[in-house]
Amino acid sequence: MIAEIGRFLIALAFLACVAQTLLAWRGADQGGRSGAARAGTAAAEIAVIAAGLAFLLLVISFVRSDFSIAYVASNSHVDKPLLYKISGTWGGHEGSMLLWCWILVLFGLGLARIGPKDPALRARAVSFQGLLSSLFFAFLAFASNPFERLLPAPIQGADLNPILQDPLLAIHPPMLYVGYVGLSAAFAIAAAGLMQKSGGRELASALRPWALGAWVSLTAGIALGAWWAYYELGWGGWGFWDPVENASFMPWLLGAALVHSAIATEKRGAFPGWTVFLALIAYILSILGAFLVRSGVLTSVHAFALDPERGMWILGMLGVSAVAGFALFALRAGSLGEGDGFEPTSREAFIGANNLLLAVTAGVVLIGTLYPLFVDLMGWPMISVGPPYFDASATPLLVLAAALMPMAAFMPWANGGAKPGLKQMRAAFLLVPVAGVIIAFIAFGAPVLAVVAGGVGAWALCGAAMDVGVHWRAAKVRAARFAVAGRALAHAGVGFIALGAAADASRPADIHRSLATGESLTIAGRTLTLEGVRRADGPNFMADRATIRVDNRFTVNPERRFYPAAAQTTREVGLGSDWRGDLYVSVGEARLREDGVMVYELRAAFHPLVWMLGFGAFLVVMGGGLALTGRLISGVPARVRVRSDAAPADAAAPVEAAEARA
Amino acid sequence: MTKARRRLLITAAAGTVLTLAAALAVMAMRDAMVFFYSPTMVAENPPEPGQRVRVGGLVVAGTVERPSSGGANFTVTDGNAEIRILFAGSLPDLFREGQGIVAEGAFDEEFRFTAANVLAKHDETYMPPEVARALRDSGYWQNGEAAPSSSYGDSVQETGR
Repeated sequence: MIAEIGRFLIALAFLACVAQTLLAWRGADQGGRSGAARAGTAAAEIAVIAAGLAFLLLVISFVRSDFSIAYVASNSHVDKPLLYKISGTWGGHEGSMLLWCWILVLFGLGLARIGPKDPALRARAVSFQGLLSSLFFAFLAFASNPFERLLPAPIQGADLNPILQDPLLAIHPPMLYVGYVGLSAAFAIAAAGLMQKSGGRELASALRPWALGAWVSLTAGIALGAWWAYYELGWGGWGFWDPVENASFMPWLLGAALVHSAIATEKRGAFPGWTVFLALIAYILSILGAFLVRSGVLTSVHAFALDPERGMWILGMLGVSAVAGFALFALRAGSLGEGDGFEPTSREAFIGANNLLLAVTAGVVLIGTLYPLFVDLMGWPMISVGPPYFDASATPLLVLAAALMPMAAFMPWANGGAKPGLKQMRAAFLLVPVAGVIIAFIAFGAPVLAVVAGGVGAWALCGAAMDVGVHWRAAKVRAARFAVAGRALAHAGVGFIALGAAADASRPADIHRSLATGESLTIAGRTLTLEGVRRADGPNFMADRATIRVDNRFTVNPERRFYPAAAQTTREVGLGSDWRGDLYVSVGEARLREDGVMVYELRAAFHPLVWMLGFGAFLVVMGGGLALTGRLISGVPARVRVRSDAAPADAAAPVEAAEARA
Repeated sequence: MTKARRRLLITAAAGTVLTLAAALAVMAMRDAMVFFYSPTMVAENPPEPGQRVRVGGLVVAGTVERPSSGGANFTVTDGNAEIRILFAGSLPDLFREGQGIVAEGAFDEEFRFTAANVLAKHDETYMPPEVARALRDSGYWQNGEAAPSSSYGDSVQETGR
């Protein structure tokens, strides 16, 4: 019965989304305050409740292990711990699509309740959001029904893929989807603004908090995924330029560009057309990401449920969204108006440079990700494009962007002035610790790019510290303090990420060796001794747990697990962490050596300063969260007015004061 | 600054960065592109020794040998031809006989393929697209047929338990 109700609820949500699109459209035509607009909001509420109930029913089916539902049968098992029964709901294609759809309609309702101030713009945005939701609900209802029956019901399920049975993986997809899907709200507002012929500045103000919230979630989701890959997949990487990773990285890059360009548009009216264009294309790349992940067109280390027919559906949705968005942009971009002027050393120019570099990086990543697909479509000999391509093309661009970043906070709006800005930043003084870090990296024999990235990371950290030191006092009002703190934290996070990535790229070579009990190996000056291996079974798996003593100081316990339900073996990594880095050990197969002794294959690595990556991502999320909070409690900041005769020497302080007069 | 000058400046900056990025991308692509060879292609027109390539196919049952020094050697096929793959690392947890796999590495002068890595998949029923195409090209897998895979039972656990 639950399956039929669930199916009905999805159909109901689909119809509600269609109604939302049409009613809110009519409402927007009538100025946004009419009955039709209110009916559009009501439809959005119905869609949220219906999709939420459907999702709840699916969760219940998982908890009850109702294997008469095909999706449950292929992703669950009665022996699985409760947490993973629940997280199994979004562990496969259909369930995660239902979650995606529910988040879409939640954002639709959010737009209807706390969306743009102008009622006509708000109703129009709700209508566009309804259109985007209808597309995905149609996909769910017609091609990816999570409540498909499986008769006769199997007695036992196929189990959730064991490597997905992890607490982080329970929260990684929802965070990621809030990010991906949250960008749809920015798309809807941008499209609505073009339709309504809103001014660029007003539009940037309306979409910035949505873009910021989505981007913060996307950052958190990607960071959680990288962390999970690092300790769960057992090969010691946190990012591999894999197509599936690129699928989330491209919208992240464009989202990062968007949250910055929206500031320039909102405060100074610069780049209005570009900001709107970014809002449109960021969500389109999110859908492209869904296509790459779910259609199986690319070989990836993360291959989930795959089906070419789904790919065609997603391509169709991609096409509709892209054609609608870009056609509107082509027809109406003129109404956004031209931005105000600025000098090459102004804040606007630095934000422009940031946007240019981030967008070009996204383009470079897109080419590297899609080129193998293109080659396959043409029937040419198949190729793959791996990390060397991205390291040589995308990484230098990102390092350059990070190098410019710390200075931007010290450049005054409009009239600019690099000299006073750098003097205020005490750039010459800051170069001392930067040089120290560079020398340290060279001393450790780091590759060239890592030396540069490490120096840039230190530069970004110093710049962020100086940003707080100089601008905190100048910020008299709460909103301005939130803005300064958010900016400094997020930029410091980028510095930590650059340092951590550079250090990890300079790490000593990993060691693979087979050891018998009592034997040792040495890595990065640490001696690892295999003390023994014993059985340590869990609720739904059997495990061999190795005990490895490190320098007589502590032990690590990597495991090799076998999940009988899925007939699959996984590794649990043993980690020994301190501030210098992670000792990373995984244990492979046991086998008999020539001398008749049982040996275990060990993989040992040392990842210096790898905690900086996680901590940096945490700071970026916190910084973005602070900026969003400041914005929500204080409203739209005042437009920054710049006197054309302003003395550039002390320009930054009055600018911050102007920001504060919200 | 006048509007025209600003436009010129923005265009120049964008042009420079785009050119730089395009140059980086093209150069990187030339060095980083790795071609895929099916066993049939290797038999007909083998790559240069030392050239980094990907090969792939179905792992032939009974060919997986695990030397006591570590690593694993195995044979992949596309139904027409076979390639012997030597791998010194630790096989991915999802490696099974009968499964489609992709390995990246190079042939040596004696025409042995040494893999630097064997690609792991999250999903044991997954067939890498390269392998799927190789199997279709060799006629081993007709369109419309279910994906070939050997049945793997409890006998193929690789834990050595």
